[in-house]
Amino acid sequence: MIAYHHILETLRRITGCSHLELRTFRDNVRLEVPREYLYPVLQHLKEGFGFDMLIDITAVDYLYYPDARRRFGVIYCLLNTSTGQRLVVKTYLDEPDLHLPSVFPLWKAADWLEREVYDMFGIVFDGHPDLRRILLPESFADYPLRKDYPLRGRGERHNFPTLSRAES
Amino acid sequence: MALGLPENVFIANLDKLANWVRANSLWPMPFATACCGIELMAVGASRYDIARFGAEVMRFSPRQCDLMIVAGRIVMKMLPVLQRIWLQMPEPKWCISMGACACSGGVFDTYAVVQGIDRFIPVDLYIPGCPPRPEQLIQAVLDLQEQIKKTGTLTGREFQRRTQLQTPHLRPAAPTDLIVAPGDYSTATLRWPADDKYPVHPSRRLPLLQDN
Amino acid sequence: MPLELVETWETTSNQKQYLWTLNFGPQHPATHTTLRLILTLDGEKVVKAVPDIGYLHSGFEKLGEDLNYNQYVTIVDRMNYISPVANEIAWHHVVEKLLGIELTPRCQYIRTILAELARISDHCLNIGTAALDLGAFTPFLYAFYQRELIYDIIQEASGQRFHPSYTRIGGLMYDVRHEWIRKVRAFVQSFPKAHSDIHRLLTRNRIFVQRTKGIGVLPRELAINLGCTGPVARASGVVRDLRKDEPYLAYGELRDTFQVVCATGGDCYARYLVRMEEMLESLKIIRAAIENLPSGPVNIDVETKEVLPPKPETWRTIEGLIQHFELIMTNRGLNTPREEIYGAIESPNGELGFYIVADGSDRPYRCRTRPPSFVHFAVFPYLAVGHQISDMVAILGSLNIIAAELDR
Ligand code: SF4
Repeated sequence: MIAYHHILETLRRITGCSHLELRTFRDNVRLEVPREYLYPVLQHLKEGFGFDMLIDITAVDYLYYPDARRRFGVIYCLLNTSTGQRLVVKTYLDEPDLHLPSVFPLWKAADWLEREVYDMFGIVFDGHPDLRRILLPESFADYPLRKDYPLRGRGERHNFPTLSRAES
Repeated sequence: MALGLPENVFIANLDKLANWVRANSLWPMPFATACCGIELMAVGASRYDIARFGAEVMRFSPRQCDLMIVAGRIVMKMLPVLQRIWLQMPEPKWCISMGACACSGGVFDTYAVVQGIDRFIPVDLYIPGCPPRPEQLIQAVLDLQEQIKKTGTLTGREFQRRTQLQTPHLRPAAPTDLIVAPGDYSTATLRWPADDKYPVHPSRRLPLLQDN
Repeated sequence: MPLELVETWETTSNQKQYLWTLNFGPQHPATHTTLRLILTLDGEKVVKAVPDIGYLHSGFEKLGEDLNYNQYVTIVDRMNYISPVANEIAWHHVVEKLLGIELTPRCQYIRTILAELARISDHCLNIGTAALDLGAFTPFLYAFYQRELIYDIIQEASGQRFHPSYTRIGGLMYDVRHEWIRKVRAFVQSFPKAHSDIHRLLTRNRIFVQRTKGIGVLPRELAINLGCTGPVARASGVVRDLRKDEPYLAYGELRDTFQVVCATGGDCYARYLVRMEEMLESLKIIRAAIENLPSGPVNIDVETKEVLPPKPETWRTIEGLIQHFELIMTNRGLNTPREEIYGAIESPNGELGFYIVADGSDRPYRCRTRPPSFVHFAVFPYLAVGHQISDMVAILGSLNIIAAELDR
């Protein structure tokens, strides 16, 4: 196990970014990174500190979150398979410019996970080899997990032709 | 035996014979999408053993089947597939909608799940439950057999007679109270290519189903 | 579908070849539920496989934002529908982590037993259907009968045989009865025989071995890079099991009773063997847990204001009723910290995690599922290339893709 503050110090030194922050809640350790430094930080975590497994990528829309200042948070859950150490890396994005670097070159697992985030939130991952919708039909034009999209949709689910006995 | 028939010869109504044959050799097409599909498998497995009622020949090709069992929720992306498979099945055909999801959307009242497949294809029998117990499915098959035995004819006239609509075809595909956001299908985000010469409402058209 | 000329993809020859495209699914017997593959074939050899998913996307995560922490368990059930109890346990494990609840020993043991039963039933179904796809019908019937016995146990505990929704925050819906313990004991007695039946039918069956050995090899590095967990990773030599590495529930106390099953082959046969052995290890855990089942209450203290009071108390006493309404009414409910947390358990399929963002109310602001099937299906294109089209079925079967968990 490498101590988390040691990781923080090293990352601050290597990337030259002083805005890295470490937060702890229960057994989760969360590293908050400005998004310009996201890729170098993740690269160092993988190559320098052995976080060789990408468990999950997800996003949160903070539109109605109390006291939130940024719209989207993107979350990377990492795991070091030899020591069992976990780290959650988080970065924030705001509305017009929803672009992040793709981490597909580091972890191949990012392929589908990033596509899902794109599908559900509309966050674009630059450099992703094949960024298409994954769960919803291609013709779907909205991002359903954003908070301003209604739970029951906008009528898409019933926008289909009806077959009757006589027709079939 | 009063007529002096030899043994093993029966006199019966040919219609009845046809019905008897149809009813007791239903070949289901398991359109199993979700959890209900596992219960459907349980019905086929050893404890419940649907073979006792002549409906165990699960064929996965729609061309060979006459009973479609829709087990599980049907979502936006799957519905065109379901309709296409229903069209590929030859007459006579029946449809059982198994489980709350297929009947009405069940617990999934969300943007992606179709709230009841009977909005889009004809359904003969509904099985409630989430998932229905295997006994319920067996009962449904028995009920359907009962229905087939009562209504069928040898030449299959009743299938030709089915020209009037038996589905909720005439009601709007989505009741407006279900649409939370303002707007109707024309403002919905999923659009079919426009086609003016077809006077049907865009939501009722069949764009995806023509065989190419 | 007509033959068409496509660009060759990672083939050694630099001439263009006549490749053809085959659409596989979404309604196909071997895809079990609703998976779809678009295969590019050179004769019968797969050159490229592109999975297309989303045919069962039903908006679980959006629905979770609309339900409270206790209600969402009914939806979570429907996620990995061949072992629903494991999902419930995962969900409430993470919620309890968020709230900082320590469970009572009895509840921990009961949940452990249920989780292991879920693992056995999951592996049974997986092995049964994988064998069914490869042409062996009998193991499917044997395995399904064992699942029926597990359904009986779950039904005895919760009243529903399939989607029990049995866990609650801080405990269980009800305590188990003596009949349940008897049934679990009987199952522990009878299962090894069924297991050895399946074992004798498949493990040295020449057809089965030839169709799975050396098919779909997943090397260790690739498995880690692709984020594989659970039996798929362990069959590739990744020695990782959250039950040992990050013990939760009663696994910490029972850690000497079981071992982590690993293989190095990384092919379909190795995954099959890992699953077979894991069932026996699970059985050992169940045996140890049922014999050491602690007594005492199954729910945590009602005074913490986090757990629903037992039903008789709700109906008969005024305190119970008030407590019940405090938790159920829409403008009251749990007080959660304004925090976010990731937690995971070892589900039968791999690491099943939840990322919960709590905003202080009784509903999750966002509840992300980390579905093992989703990650494992992304592996499929890497495994499929170079194999015959009939091997696709074996690979799909060995990865154990559950469509509802895949698409959510
Ligand atoms: S009705 Fe229930 S069991 Fe059946 S598919 Fe729907 S959620 Fe699953």
